[in-house]
This record gives sequence, C-alpha cells and structure tokens, in this order.
Amino acid sequence: MASSVLTILVFLPVAGALAMLFLPKDKADLFKWIALGATGLQLLVALWLLGTFDRSAVGMQFTFMAEWIPSFNIFYHVGVDGLSMPMVLLTALLSFLAILTSWNITKAPRGYFSLFLLLDAGMMGVFVSLDFFLFYMFWEVMLLPMYFLIGMWGGPQRQYAAIKFFLYTLFGSVLMLLAMLALYFYTEPHTFNLIILIEQARHIDVQLWGVDMRWLIWLALFIGFAIKVPIFPFHTWLPLAHVEAPTAVSVILAGVLLKMGTYGLLRISFPLLPAEAVYFAYMLALLGVINIIWGAANAIAQVDLKRMVAYSSVSHMGIVLLGMSAIVSTNRGGAEAGLNGAVLQMFNHGIITAMLFMLVGVLYDQAHHRFIVYPKDYEDESLRGKLGFGGLAGHLPIFTAFTAVAFFAGLGLPALSAFVSELMSFIGGFSAFRTLTIIATIGILLNATYFLRAFQRIFQGPANEKWASLKDLSGREIAMLTPLLVLIIGLGVYPRPALEIIAVTMGELIDLVQAVIPLAAR
Amino acid sequence: MSNFDSLAYFLPELALTVLIVSLVLASVLLKSDRDRIVWIISLAGLAVTAVLLAIQPATDQSIFMGALAVDPYSRFFKWIFLVATAVIIIASPYTKQLDGSQRHEYYLFLIAVMFGLFLMASSLDLIIVYLSIEIVSIGSFILAGFLKDDPRSNESSLKYVIYGALSSGVMLYGLSLLFGMAGSTNVFEVQAALVVLPEKAHLTLAVALLLILVGFGYKISMVPFHFWTPDVYEGAPTTITAYLSVAPKAAGFALALRILGTAFGSTGDLNIGDWSPVPGLAFGSVIAIFAALTMTVGNFLAIQQNSVKRLLAYSSIAHAGYMLMAAVILNGQAFGAIMFYLAIYLCMNLGAFLVTIFVHNRFGYDEIDDWKGFGFQAPLIAVPMGIFLFSLTGLPPTAGFIGKVYLFSVLIEAGQYWWLALVGILNSVVSLYYYARIIKVMFLDGEPTDETVTGHPVMTGLILMLTVPVLLFGIYWTPLMGAVQSSLKFFTQGM
Repeated sequence: MASSVLTILVFLPVAGALAMLFLPKDKADLFKWIALGATGLQLLVALWLLGTFDRSAVGMQFTFMAEWIPSFNIFYHVGVDGLSMPMVLLTALLSFLAILTSWNITKAPRGYFSLFLLLDAGMMGVFVSLDFFLFYMFWEVMLLPMYFLIGMWGGPQRQYAAIKFFLYTLFGSVLMLLAMLALYFYTEPHTFNLIILIEQARHIDVQLWGVDMRWLIWLALFIGFAIKVPIFPFHTWLPLAHVEAPTAVSVILAGVLLKMGTYGLLRISFPLLPAEAVYFAYMLALLGVINIIWGAANAIAQVDLKRMVAYSSVSHMGIVLLGMSAIVSTNRGGAEAGLNGAVLQMFNHGIITAMLFMLVGVLYDQAHHRFIVYPKDYEDESLRGKLGFGGLAGHLPIFTAFTAVAFFAGLGLPALSAFVSELMSFIGGFSAFRTLTIIATIGILLNATYFLRAFQRIFQGPANEKWASLKDLSGREIAMLTPLLVLIIGLGVYPRPALEIIAVTMGELIDLVQAVIPLAAR
Repeated sequence: MSNFDSLAYFLPELALTVLIVSLVLASVLLKSDRDRIVWIISLAGLAVTAVLLAIQPATDQSIFMGALAVDPYSRFFKWIFLVATAVIIIASPYTKQLDGSQRHEYYLFLIAVMFGLFLMASSLDLIIVYLSIEIVSIGSFILAGFLKDDPRSNESSLKYVIYGALSSGVMLYGLSLLFGMAGSTNVFEVQAALVVLPEKAHLTLAVALLLILVGFGYKISMVPFHFWTPDVYEGAPTTITAYLSVAPKAAGFALALRILGTAFGSTGDLNIGDWSPVPGLAFGSVIAIFAALTMTVGNFLAIQQNSVKRLLAYSSIAHAGYMLMAAVILNGQAFGAIMFYLAIYLCMNLGAFLVTIFVHNRFGYDEIDDWKGFGFQAPLIAVPMGIFLFSLTGLPPTAGFIGKVYLFSVLIEAGQYWWLALVGILNSVVSLYYYARIIKVMFLDGEPTDETVTGHPVMTGLILMLTVPVLLFGIYWTPLMGAVQSSLKFFTQGM
C-alpha cells in the first residue's frame, strides 16, 4: 500500500465523481452519501498515512514515480514530506466536513457533489505532486469545479464572483506556466522533477531584458502563488468569492485553497531558487505585514459577518508570510520558529477559518442574512444601521459556545491552536525583521477588535425578539464542528505532535536556503 | 519521377477525382432522392480515399517531375483534411440551415475543395501552389454563398471573391518575382538560386517574400489580411464556416511552412531557427509582430461579439495567431508544435461549431444570451461544448492546453521572443473571458429543469466523438505527438 497510497488519496474522489455520472439524477440523496463515503474513505486513508508517516525521516516518503510523457520528461511523481503531510490531512478533513456542510443542497445535487469531489482530487493532487507539470495540471484542474461551484450555487453576485476568481487565478497560473517552461528548458537535463530541480534550477545563468532569468522566474512564480494566497494587492478577488460562494465552498476556499499559494512558495520557490528567496525575503515580510494590517483593518470595517471572516483570512495569511520570511534569520532558532510556525499556521488557519465559515453558514441558513449591523443602504429603511442580531447567547447556548471558541481562536487566544503558530511566526519574523514585526503586532490588536466587537453585537446585549425562533445547532452541525473544535483546543494545549511532523522538513529547507547566504553575511 | 510512374503514388487524389466525376454524373442522372444518394456516394468515396491514403507507399522522391511531394508531412495534413471533410459531410443532412438548398451540389464542392487541399499540402512547385490555392478558393467562394436566399450569405461569397482575388493576385506577383530571380518554379531550384543571389537583388527578394506572405496570410486569416474572415464566417452556412475555419487554415499553414521553409531556408535543412531569408531583414521578428497582432486583434474583437458564430469566427483568428507564434522560429519543434495544435484545433473547433449547429437546429438561436439554461436542457451536448471551450481557452486537462504548451515551448526553448510568449499567454487569459461567457450562459444563468432536449443521434454522436480526442490527448498525448514526430520528415532535396 505504501507506494500507491497517495494515488489512492488523489483518485478516490475521482472514482466517486465518475460513479455519480452513471447514476440516475433523480436519486438526489444518493449523491451526498457517495460523496460522504468517498471523502470519508479518503480521510481514513489520510489518517493511516499520518500513522505510518515517519516524523524523523529526511526527504520524501511514500513516493511513487511512473513515466507519463517520456518525450517531454513528464512523470507521474508523488510523495509527501513534513510540509505536505499537514496539508494532505487538512484537505481530507475539510473535504469530508464540507460534504457534511452541504447536506441541504437541493439544486442539481449530482453536479454539485461530483464537482466537489473533483475539486477535492485537484487539491490533493497539488499537495502530493513532485513533478512540476503534474503540479500545474492539478493546480489548474481545480479552477473548473471552483468556477462552477461558486457560479452555480453561490449568492446573488455569484457569476461576477466566479469569473473574477477564474480570471485572476488564470492570470497567475499562466505566468507560472512560463516560469515552469523556463525552468524546464534552461536546466540540463531538461526536467520537471521538483527534487532534481532543487539541484539544477539555481545554476540557470541567463539574462533576459538585462535582468537575471532566475529573478524573472521567481517573480513569475511569486505572482502565481501570491494571487492564490492572496497577497496584497492581488487579494481583491477574495472577499467577493468568499461571500458569494456557498458555505462549503467558502470552507474549502479559505481552508485549503489559500494554503496552496504559501505551499507553492515553500515547495517550489524557496528550494529551487534559494538565492532569490533570500533576496526577496524582505519583500515577503513587508507584504506579510501589509496583509496583516490591511486585512484586519478591512475586517473591522465590514458589516457582513462573512466578509469580515474573509478579510480576517487575508490578515492571517499575512502571518504565514511573515513567518516564512524568517528563512533569512541569522538566528537558527528564529528561522525554525518562523518556518515551523508558518506551516502550522497554515494548518491552524485552515481549521479555524473553516469553522468560522461553517458557523456563519449555520446562522445564514436560518436567518437568511448575516449582517452584524445592517448596512446604511439596506433596502428596508427601518433596519438601516440597526444591529443584525443581538443577544443570541441567551437561547442558542451551543451555537454561542462553538462560535466563542472559533472567534477566540481567530484572535489568537492562548491555549487555542492559532496562538502557538502565530506566536512562533512572530518570533521568527522578529528574529529577521525587527521593525516590521513590531508594526505587524498592531494587527493582533486589530484582529481582537473585530472579533470581540462582532461577538458582542451578535451574542450579547438585549435579545432581539425577531430571532427568538432560531434553532440551536442540530446533531449534524455539531458533528461537523466538533472535530475542528477538538483540534483547535488540542493543538493549542499540546502542539508538539503537529510540530514534530513539520520540523524535520523545515530544518532541511532552512539548511538548503541558508547555504546560499555568504558566511560573512550571517 | 516520371509522370506515369507517379500515378501509383497519386491514388488518393485519383480516387477523389473519380468521386468528383461520379458526383457530377449522379447529380445529373438521378431523378429522386438525389441529396441522400449523393451523400452516401460521397462518404463511400471518402472511405476509399482513406484506405488508399493509409496504404499509400512511401517514396523519397517527388512525383510528377518534381511537382508534388508524397511525404509523411503531407500525409499528416491529408488526414486532417479527410477527417474535417468527413465530419462536415456527415453533419450536413442534419443541418436545418441547409434545407432548401441543393445539398448534392454542396457535397460536390466540398470534395472539390478537399482535392485542392490535398494538392496544397504536397505542392513543391510555385505553379501548383497557385493552382491548388485557386482550386480551394473557388470552391470555397461558392460554398460560402450557398444559402442563395440569404443576403448575408451572398454578401459573404462576394466579399470572399473580392478579397480572395486580390490577395491571390498579389501573391502571384510575388511568385513571378521569385521566378524571375530563380529562373525556375521548382522550390528546390528556387532555393538553390536564392543562396547565390547577388546582393543587389535582395530588395526584390524581400518584396517577393512579403507579397507571398500576403497570400498565405489571407489563407490563414493573419491580421491585417483577416478582414474577410468575420463576414464570410458569419454569412456562410455554419457547416462551411466550421470547415473554412479548420481545413483551409491547416492547408495554409502546411503550404506556408513548406514553401517558406524550403524555398527561403538558406541552409537547405529544416532547423533554421530564427530565420532571416533576406540578409538584413529579421524575418522572424516580422512574423512575430504579425503573430502578436493576429492573436490580440482576434481576441479583442471576439470579446465584443454577441453571436456565437461570430465569436468563434474571431477567435479562430486568434488561434491562427497562437500558431504563428511558433512559426517565428523555424525548426523541427516549431513544425511539430503547429501540426500538433492543428490536429487538436480540428477537433475542438469543429466540435464547438457542431454544437452551434445543434442549437441553431433545435431552437434557431444565434445570440449567446439565447443559450440560457442550455446546460440543463441538454447536458449531453452542453458538457462537450464546455470541454471544447475550455480546450480552446487552453485549460488542463484538455488537449488545447497541451497544444499551447508546445507552442510556447518553441519560443522558450529558443530563448528568444519572450515578449511574444508573454503576449500569447495574456491573450489566453483574455480568451477565457469570452469563452467563459458562453459557459456562463449555458450553466450559470439557467435553472435546473427536468425537460431535456435531444437532437439527432448522428449529431450527438459526432459531438461526443470529437470530445474523446480533446480529453484523451489532454491527459495522454504521446500517440498524437508520436504521429506528429514521424510526420516531420519532408523533402529538403530536389527530385
């Protein structure tokens, strides 16, 4: 099983999607059960993978390599290490929970669930690919289901949101395509193998338009990844896509898709072009800080709860960037804290934001609105500027408890998972870029501001009679939220198992990148 | 090879000639059910041609005293023409637009055009070049105006005639200049003469080259010689639009690459690289500018279209631009990339046009907005349409993506013309905008419905068949690339 386990992980959902095509479309319930079964199995396989994963081993595990297109040196080459392992787990877990979240989808369920499974396969494929061409195929394959999921099952502005998302990400990925081809043709022997490219790519010595080719490759890759993260100023697709997407798709979008950008930087940009990674580290940190503050400041200004959560993602992904920039830290401990923190933060943000979006979805399903405060141009004049909810804590105790944990995790309260990873990222950032990190800490304050204020406005204060009829969480909803809750608290209290998975790979990456810094500069 | 010996290598074309004659006779002699019987004869004739093409013996000599080549290169293109013609003929009885026209004549002209295309792909002589282009053109003029009662079809035909006549006249002038310098019409002798051309004649050569380029440019609808394209494509019957956007375009590329590659290739082999047939004139850059213009103009005009047919017409200009991108560098990779793309383009573009015909048949729609909800009414047709459109955009896992990867690879491997690669890649993003618009209308605008629309099983079958290569070669394209690679050999020596 060891060599085929990753292939099974990737293609299990595809098998589920294909099965759906051959079933009559009037059996609506069947489709969600198939989807649940496929993602459930995938989750079990992922857990088995976690169990057998060797935390102390250096390099790739569970690798499998087969010739695909020999004339172009393309291989089907997969494997996992400490960087991809958490992402694989995150993908499997959130896909499974997202199917549970989508339980009430009634519009064209066959299309919805089969597209969802294809999306799942694409994401999984990205995280296990070790061949750049394969990586790129999976990266792009995800766009199609995402486009349809947002565009067909989303909110009122879904079509605009879907095409904006599509155009933005395609723009990024075509630049990545050029970079990929340049890497292929300028290395000898020509290869897409990401492991071999680690040795080869840095030797590319060509000038283009008076600029070093490696710079251009790095920048092209960076734009491709930055759009996914999204890094300021490429983030404008995100709030729209998140708000318009159906809940489950928002969960995947924020929980998994955003991680692909930072994953790509860590998997491809950093090891392949370490000198450029060092050169651009300051830029990365700067953009990270801008993300943290810009995202948080925008979140404060939002009256729509879902938009607020969307902008909080921008802010939290900034912390990942700041942690990553610690790769140039002269202090080994700082560099390790930064990198490990960044990867852990990717995972933590994945589960926290997934939980936040699920909770917003639960509220919206019943109330059909999600305004913290009704906007000033709201159609019903009598409601303008009034609180959207208020005092929900009184009669929705379970919902309130879950939301409280999610909100506090979002603002980085100690003993909840995000605290650990954010702290580590900041420590890493501080060891490399002191002033920037100090500025970035303002973001923590801003994060606390909007989460606490939203909590206060929705759950505390006098109960709004209009919402007295809201029902508390159902069994299914508790079932889909509890695993996230357990992880958030568990990793907050005892993060070591997670860090153990990540640490060896990150140590390797730090060695690799820091080897290019001249000794004198260290 | 002498004329008599050559006949053994000319069997597919001879079969087509016989077919044309028998179609004429059948049209005259038959009293009833002519359209149907002529249809059957045409398809049977194509089947015979296919068999003869498959068993055609290989030769390393040119036939008819150096006039025509029988090389793997021409054979590759002949298969493209054969498939395109067969698909169009099969689909024609199920095209409502053609009801009321004399379909039997229409088949006759299609076969005649195809005969011309066969010659275009294999011509080695400037006279044959001109003749074959004219055979194709005259047939196409008539076919474009085949809807006699439709003023737009008439207009289409007339515009085509005027543009065609002008550009072939210009090209003929270029060819005659070339003949004047070389003293021969055989491309190899032309090549030999050009190598030793005195310096004072270089200006004439440059003029001749540009004039010939106008002729080729017209055939592949290269900007700025594209003006006929949208009107002709819009007015012509949709089947003919589909045909014109694929087959003569492929032939134009086949001919242009062969003639430019052999006659103007200074070294006599194919790996010319960044080419400059006239000293001092960077011809690669000229082509690069044309390529950039072609794809950009095609795309930006396509954005503004509201009719699916016109949109596809303009986008086909853009696709010519993508292919020209590889022609900037003349080497084996470039030839291979263009041939690969043409084979895929054949499937995806024909497929998209067939769906357009299907929709027109069923609903009489032309405007994009009329397609609302089509995705739910006829998923069996709409999903393939989605695949064709994504493939035309160049998104994995479709073959269109692989085709584009190869086209871009040519530039990147050469390490030159990065700006062109950038223009090309940005154009791909632009093209998503208008292709996705059709997808949006089909899937995103409508509501799920239980009533499904079905068309004639032949049309549905054709559409589904065309999706197979588009998907298959997107995931595993070694067979197609292998076929392209083995077709890359063509004559570089005379006689």
